[in-house]
Amino acid sequence: MSQQSNQLVLHDDVHPYLLNASLFTDYAHKLRTITIPEGHLVTVNSEGSLNFPLGSIISKTFYYPKADSGVLQADDDGSLFKPDVGTRGGLDLTKVHLVETRLLVHRQSGWVALPYVWNNEQTEATLEATGDIKSLELVHGPERRSFPYIVPDQNQCAGCHGTNTASKSVNPIGPKVANLNRNGYDRNQNQLEAWQADGWLELKANPVPAMKNWQDTSNTLEDRARSYLDINCGHCHSKQGPADTSGLYLDIATKHKMRLGECKLPIAAGQGTGGNKFSIVPGKPEESILVYRMTSIDPGAMMPELGRSLVHDEGVALIADWISEMKGSCNN
Amino acid sequence: MLRILAFVLAGLLTACSDSGDTKVQSSSTPSVALPNMQKILQSKFLNAKPGDVITIPAGTFDFQRSLSLKVDGVTVRGAGMDKTILNFKNQISGAEGILVTASDFTIEDLAIEDTKGDALKINDGKNIVVRRVRTEWTNGPDTDNGAYGIYPVQTENTLIEGVIAIGASDAGIYVGQSRNVVVRDSRAEYNVAGIEIENTVDADVYNNVATNNTGGILVFNMPNLSLEGVRTRIYNNQVVDNNTANFAAPGGAVAGVPAGSGISINSNDLVEVFDNDLKNNQTAHIVISSVYSTNYSDRDNASSFDPYPEKISIHDNRYEGGGNDPDTNYLPQLKAAVFGEEGSFPNVIWDGFVNPELVVDGKLPAEYQICIYNEASSAVFNVDAPNQFANPGVNETDHQCRHSPLPAVQLESF
Repeated sequence: MSQQSNQLVLHDDVHPYLLNASLFTDYAHKLRTITIPEGHLVTVNSEGSLNFPLGSIISKTFYYPKADSGVLQADDDGSLFKPDVGTRGGLDLTKVHLVETRLLVHRQSGWVALPYVWNNEQTEATLEATGDIKSLELVHGPERRSFPYIVPDQNQCAGCHGTNTASKSVNPIGPKVANLNRNGYDRNQNQLEAWQADGWLELKANPVPAMKNWQDTSNTLEDRARSYLDINCGHCHSKQGPADTSGLYLDIATKHKMRLGECKLPIAAGQGTGGNKFSIVPGKPEESILVYRMTSIDPGAMMPELGRSLVHDEGVALIADWISEMKGSCNN
Repeated sequence: MLRILAFVLAGLLTACSDSGDTKVQSSSTPSVALPNMQKILQSKFLNAKPGDVITIPAGTFDFQRSLSLKVDGVTVRGAGMDKTILNFKNQISGAEGILVTASDFTIEDLAIEDTKGDALKINDGKNIVVRRVRTEWTNGPDTDNGAYGIYPVQTENTLIEGVIAIGASDAGIYVGQSRNVVVRDSRAEYNVAGIEIENTVDADVYNNVATNNTGGILVFNMPNLSLEGVRTRIYNNQVVDNNTANFAAPGGAVAGVPAGSGISINSNDLVEVFDNDLKNNQTAHIVISSVYSTNYSDRDNASSFDPYPEKISIHDNRYEGGGNDPDTNYLPQLKAAVFGEEGSFPNVIWDGFVNPELVVDGKLPAEYQICIYNEASSAVFNVDAPNQFANPGVNETDHQCRHSPLPAVQLESF
């Protein structure tokens, strides 16, 4: 990746990719890449995560389409990525504003998370291990929202990527086989198949599972909601994750309805309950703690705890619709 | 890729030289906010090595976002809990003031004020010491205050001593899902729950003062968690005037704690309460209940969970006043009906839920009972909640029994 003449250009050995379901970060768009040391192979673990060789680098560049004196709220459909820039594509910096690039580097000691922040001139990004705060204004039609964009510190990176409290190791979250199973920026080819053909990915499972795109309304509401919860919440809210203290598991593997929040009582939510008794009350999103915490921007009540200063209106609407459709009631 | 690597490496080098042993200038006049303490301290936390002592000088320091520590074996030390003040009034990010996910951690001699969420959370660590730390919401009791002051959860071998916790909208000192815990020589006031031991195995709570909370000291078990608590000793504490109106956000478990509860035991077994001074707790000095009769009641939720408080031992406590002005909708009527408008509850009240499978000849055998001895009376007021308060009454004889004393908690490696 390099910045030259108003373009961010991916280097020849960098593979950009798209995900079926992605984490909400204040409406930022994300350019994701994988770089594998030459001659090495990525394999698939039994539970669908990828086994990256040492020296692999996963990058995620957060950017916004530019608006007049602010940044634009728009869906991240990947269309701002220019495949014809360089050999691997890039971004046109007259059209987009770069905020930060986060790296996950696979070293001998494990994955290391490194947050880089782009300067205002958009000419270079500097490691900010302690994170940063950028004041941005998000433009959506006539509406303008000023907000502090929070670049995580290195520990906060691990706050999400430390998906196992026992091992405390940092792991990639997005690039799992089910979430990568889709066409890439080259819309005519499945990413996994392309990488396998390129010789650096070895797929064993067949057929390969596919995570549902929560934005694709041809998927069922159930699939969309579960997919959204998995990628936005499941890295902490799982049986192994740091939010296991709550007993609420929102990862895609969880099937038990109470564990998923249905009529589940809060444990240590404090003011995060919003006065509600259950994580989810079937048919009643307005009485469900899950929706309350997604709608809050109070650091003491909001969920996720990190990674957003704004409410994800579309995400809240999806989860509220999902809860509205649920049948049953909770025993008071 | 080479080009980005070049700037990556340059960035790394810059960051390293910035961090390390940055000297912090101490302010001679506290309450002057020093710039960049956020960065300086977080940088020290990131670059700490096992064995490091990170000192924070006297002064009031403002933070906009959470601090977090992941390195084992670190000590964080201020200049005193009234001298080194970490102020989070202007916090815009992070669910706590300081989040620690590390073992062999000690924090001492500082204050954490006005965090948006929890003040100090320690998640998943062994050998934790929190000593002479003050956590406070300076505006007093308020539903919008953060939930917990000092909050170790899923820890093992934890010592909390000499701390002060004020104004938490849930619990001032809250130990959850932990093993082997001592809370001593501390003070909790103006919280909803002063000191709360929840889903914790082997805890000793002694030499503390719990005053002006909604409930002074709570020993709770919640369903659906990986660890069910058992064996808690509460002794030699001052539990006084815990009558502050409940200001917890509705929905959580403590929102159902009646104001005026001295010591409250909920769905926990093997709790020994002795040698405490309990004064003027206006609902009752000791409240014993099942999850069934709390705000947190949902029988369907608790299939694999023991909801009954059993093997409770109460002895050698001293009582004064209290029980005269109970909170919560049905308790005042019950008190008036059974003890008269001017009367008071006895020292111990109980919701009356028992495990039907353990009942023999209509009674819970002594080995599971609430036992009271070496006190003026063994009276327990049973409100008969299982039968919608149809037959409330005082029983003394069932509670004239003894359980074996619980062993003291042995903290390792301190």
